[in-house]
Amino acid sequence: MRALLEVRDIRKAYGAIRAVDGVSFSVAPGEILGVIGPNGSGKTTMFNAILGQVKPDAGEVMFEGRDVSGIGALALARRGIGRTFQSLQVFGGLSVRDNLIVAGQEFVGSAGSRLFARPDAGMGQRADEIIELFRIGHVAHLAAGSLSYGQQKLVDIAMAFMARPRLVLLDEPCAGVNPALIDELMDLLRRLNREQGASFVVIEHNMDFVMRLCSRVICLAMGTMLAQGLPEEMQGNRAVLEAYLGV
Amino acid sequence: MKYLRWVALLAVSVALYFAPGQMKSYGLYITTLWVVYWIAGVGLNLTVGYAGQISLGQGAFLGIGAYTAAVLSKAGVSYLAIFPTAALVCFAIGLLLGFPALRVQHHYLAFATLGFNMLVFLFLRNEEWLTGGTFGLNNIPRPVIFDVRFTRPLDFYHLSFVVLVVMGGVMAWLLRSPWGRAFAALRDNPIRAESVGINTTFYTLMAFAIGAAYGGVAGALFAPLVQFVEPAPFSVANSLSMLLMVIAGGSGRFFGPAVGAVIVVLLPEWLRVAQDWYLAIFGVLIVLMMVWLPGGLLSLPDRLRGRRA
Ligand SMILES: Nc1ncnc2c1ncn2[C@@H]1O[C@H](COP(=O)(O)OP(=O)(O)OP(=O)(O)O)[C@@H](O)[C@H]1O
Ligand SMILES: [Mg+2]
Repeated sequence: MRALLEVRDIRKAYGAIRAVDGVSFSVAPGEILGVIGPNGSGKTTMFNAILGQVKPDAGEVMFEGRDVSGIGALALARRGIGRTFQSLQVFGGLSVRDNLIVAGQEFVGSAGSRLFARPDAGMGQRADEIIELFRIGHVAHLAAGSLSYGQQKLVDIAMAFMARPRLVLLDEPCAGVNPALIDELMDLLRRLNREQGASFVVIEHNMDFVMRLCSRVICLAMGTMLAQGLPEEMQGNRAVLEAYLGV
Repeated sequence: MKYLRWVALLAVSVALYFAPGQMKSYGLYITTLWVVYWIAGVGLNLTVGYAGQISLGQGAFLGIGAYTAAVLSKAGVSYLAIFPTAALVCFAIGLLLGFPALRVQHHYLAFATLGFNMLVFLFLRNEEWLTGGTFGLNNIPRPVIFDVRFTRPLDFYHLSFVVLVVMGGVMAWLLRSPWGRAFAALRDNPIRAESVGINTTFYTLMAFAIGAAYGGVAGALFAPLVQFVEPAPFSVANSLSMLLMVIAGGSGRFFGPAVGAVIVVLLPEWLRVAQDWYLAIFGVLIVLMMVWLPGGLLSLPDRLRGRRA
């Protein structure tokens, strides 16, 4: 089967620091790929280079069989790739519902048609669906900036799904989320994967989460791919353990 | 609740329309100036308050609008054509001013827009063939629209007020449309905005262009109000006043510019009784307000509610 996302030999250096130093991998349709690796191993930089948030020094990115290298963050979003950032990124001044609507409204019609569209841009129903799925109905009308960290995190993740993306890149979705919510989050991602056919690439330090959610895992260390395989294979991999323990 | 708000809005509008009926000509002049600044402030509030950009160039757009109106009206062009022309000219130039904002933000952007204002000021002062240079242009006629003359101060006030209501209505509609939400997303987090498909380039340029168009319309009222234009009122100092107006009124609040224009246009008049002290008092008031009410005067109700809770 054709890969949904294919990354070939992507590289990004900051001065002398080779943050991402030639990583290649692919994501099959429907797959949930985990990305692990110690702090500073280049995971976030790799996401940013793939998504055009930073300009990679080299490498190719193919999405759904088409070369999308260098087309930029906006164009990639429009092609159907959603993402979250490692730090919280919600629109603090807008209500939760408006955060969701704005995350979907630009995918329908043109700027001109949106000027004359209904205020909810026809996105109200989809927003309410997502609100129910993420169980954030009780805060839907509050300003996103006024919520707790965990609640904002849910809003942040929910936004990435508004436009029915075919691929979502999540950077540490569990960070700062309480353990009870983490299990809920996992169920949620599984449902979105099953019911809406979204594939994921998930960066996460929570090993339990990665092992239970992902169908395959890659491990980065110092900007290169140290190992890849099934979750259970990674757990016993010496190189991976050493990278994490810094031996 | 919603219904009550509409009634209140209508009542205030009617009151504002008729209130200056008994005013003497100087009072009418100042009140009309307040309306003109309010219109320019509505535009700047879009750029600054809703879309999160910064501009020290709104005074230049007031000037471009004013000179457009001066030149065209003296050439016999109807104000029916002058208002849209001033808006369009400023929209186009505002679009250009938006480009620096795609590269820099915050104080860098402030200085970029300030430089733009200086260029416009120099143009107005030096291109005598068009602008009359430092002497400016005088004998600017007041509008005659469909054979209705808006020559008397009260009539001109009424015309300005109608323009304000129309421009305010257009802005309210724009902000309620999906565009309004996209502007807010641009203000709150441009990087996140791009990742959810919002074309930040487009909305940044629009925030400047539409804001500038409002400055242009205000200018097209300013010229026939004063009936004389010279470069001085369109200097960087005036752009600073306009930014102060938006911030002191309550940036990103719909009626912020109305309150801001009271502070910038009316307050100095009221402080005239203090004679030599008036600038000092004005300055102290602004300092106190910025420290205690950084969200602007219209944030006062929220502040008080927050205290009680
Ligand atoms: N903007 C930048 N400028 C300079 N160096 C950077 C920049 N961004 C990242 N780096 C460097 O690149 C390396 C990889 O950083 P990156 O954030 O990708 O790591 P990470 O694997 O996501 O780590 P973490 O698990 O802590 O989030 C680090 O050495 C970091 O210092
Ligand atoms: Mg990271």
